[in-house]
Amino acid sequence: MKKSPALKTYAIAYLIFLYAPIALLPIFAFNDSRVIAFPLSGFTTSWFVEMWNDQQLWIAFKNSLTIAVSSALFSTLLGIFGARATTRYKFPGKGGILGLIMLPLVLPEMIMSMALLVILIGMGVKLSIFTIIIGHVLICTPYAVAILSSAFQSLDRSLEEAAYDLGETPASTFRLIILPLVMPGIISSLLIAFTISLDEFIVAYFLGGNQTVLSVYIFGQFRFPQRVPSIMALGFVLVCLSILLLTIAEYFRRRGIAKTGAKDTGGFL
Amino acid sequence: MTTEKPTMIEFRDVQKYYGDYHALRGITATIRAGEFFSLLGPSGCGKTTLLRTIAGFEDISSGAVLIDGKHMDGVPANKRPTNMVFQSYAIFPHLTVAENVGFGLRRDPRPASEKAKAVAEALEMVGLKGYGARAAHALSGGQRQRVALARALILKPKVLLLDEPLSALDKKMREQMQMELIKLQRQVGITFILVTHDQEEALVMSDRIAVMFEGQIAQLADPETLYRRPNSRQVADFIGTMNFLPAKILSENGVVEVEAQGFGRLTLAADQVMGSKTTEGTSIGFRPETATILFDGQVATDRETLATIEEVVYYGDMTYYDVRLDGTEKPMRLSMRNVFGRPVLDIGTRTRVGWSPGALVLFR
Ligand SMILES: Nc1ncnc2c1ncn2[C@@H]1O[C@H](COP(=O)(O)OP(=O)(O)O)[C@@H](O)[C@H]1O
Ligand SMILES: [Mg+2]
Repeated sequence: MKKSPALKTYAIAYLIFLYAPIALLPIFAFNDSRVIAFPLSGFTTSWFVEMWNDQQLWIAFKNSLTIAVSSALFSTLLGIFGARATTRYKFPGKGGILGLIMLPLVLPEMIMSMALLVILIGMGVKLSIFTIIIGHVLICTPYAVAILSSAFQSLDRSLEEAAYDLGETPASTFRLIILPLVMPGIISSLLIAFTISLDEFIVAYFLGGNQTVLSVYIFGQFRFPQRVPSIMALGFVLVCLSILLLTIAEYFRRRGIAKTGAKDTGGFL
Repeated sequence: MTTEKPTMIEFRDVQKYYGDYHALRGITATIRAGEFFSLLGPSGCGKTTLLRTIAGFEDISSGAVLIDGKHMDGVPANKRPTNMVFQSYAIFPHLTVAENVGFGLRRDPRPASEKAKAVAEALEMVGLKGYGARAAHALSGGQRQRVALARALILKPKVLLLDEPLSALDKKMREQMQMELIKLQRQVGITFILVTHDQEEALVMSDRIAVMFEGQIAQLADPETLYRRPNSRQVADFIGTMNFLPAKILSENGVVEVEAQGFGRLTLAADQVMGSKTTEGTSIGFRPETATILFDGQVATDRETLATIEEVVYYGDMTYYDVRLDGTEKPMRLSMRNVFGRPVLDIGTRTRVGWSPGALVLFR
């Protein structure tokens, strides 16, 4: 295929548009001025110290982490059940049920949050981290089902039968054969769900009550100009963490592929 | 010829429906202990389904499957004394060769050192000595198949089930594996049940063959009987090549008098008469090698008929001639072994064809 120069220019412009703002984060995170503007005035690490000493930030961070880990675990677990059911069994209403599971993918989060808020308040449930987790599991589960379905789909049915044939029970077959072979999918699902939950704003804002999470806290801080540099520092830390996370995910994915000799199809990440 | 061995597998009127689809239509048969048994038939006739009812992967709709005298109704696959070599081999890709082969020994109470020895022995038996530490996914097709065999045989099952195990291999490899499988079966003495759509493979390997069409067993016999005395035109067509000529029955009392196109009046013994429900009407059948072209000076050992050569296909060791016997409409295929110094005849040559009534089969 011949590369068109117009397409190349477009691709480069696209990448700059996408990533240049992120490149500004480290620049201003280390800039010795409370004003976010060029020219730069000098180098400092004091914004990181300020960030580190921000007690509110720590609370929000811990909340976010708790929510993201719980949502990732629950939605992946539900995803395993869902993917297994849809790829292995036939049952009436399968298409409809699957459609309902996948619905949050296209439903505006705002609508979902409002609906949940009305119901939870109506039921007298106190808004907290727990209610955010409920919302996030709802959002993350479709992704988990999609990722895991493709992992389960590519599993040769006769591998399972071979294990039964050699004396294993359905439970031990799941543990010894199926689980190891879909592990790359499970790791992908955990990471995707974790990431989605971590930077989710609307549900967290609606259902959080007086509990603040990272995304909501950061947004709130932009009202105070003098706080912005330390938020830049926080952003820089988050970018580094994301890169680290993606590297780990890719490492596990490649290792899974190398171990089973499957063809590398580029992966989800 | 063979001494009667005890029964290993018994099918009693086995019926299997997939929804409305009638996949197995009353299978009744027995497979003997220590036998190399093949299920042969065209794709979709239910061979795999029948094999899977033995393994316990497929519930039957009615009837019974017995293994070594025991009803298998409600016995799950992991509790049956059978092991299977899957068509895809189903090698666990995340395990090593040794872990694959030793997989079935997980619940074996023997110490690890003894199990390792058993694995090494099994690998040696299939010609993979020293391959234990390799990653299973890095093996070639032939090697995977050997791992699958070792993995199944290490448990010393009463019955080994093989679903088209050779179909993924190239011709040379396939022929080599056929010989190895035969040897292996003699060595271990386990009942082998092979599913194949390749009639040659079934003939070469089996003690007995069940020919299946559309969920039914059409004929169950040893290879020679199947070849020489197929009980229907369908079986005759599926196994090797058979020529057919229209015929009419004149009389029958113990022996059968027939008038066959090209062959004239014949007397056939009762065992040459196959009562099958053909829609083609009564016909005489013979195999390509049972009639011969008579070269100058050769005399027929039995009967002869004049014919014209219409097509010649030269194969090196063999020549196939399509000849039209005088008084017939369509050409018959004859296969002749080439002999040094004897010419290959040309199309259009008039020749004599020697044949013998004993080699004919009557389908009615
Ligand atoms: N799980 C199934 N559901 C529905 N139909 C099936 C199933 N398995 C097999 N069949 C049908 O049963 C018939 C026999 O299949 P099979 O035993 O696999 O044939 P083969 O002789 O080629 O091994 C085929 O027509 C196939 O489509
Ligand atoms: Mg089959």
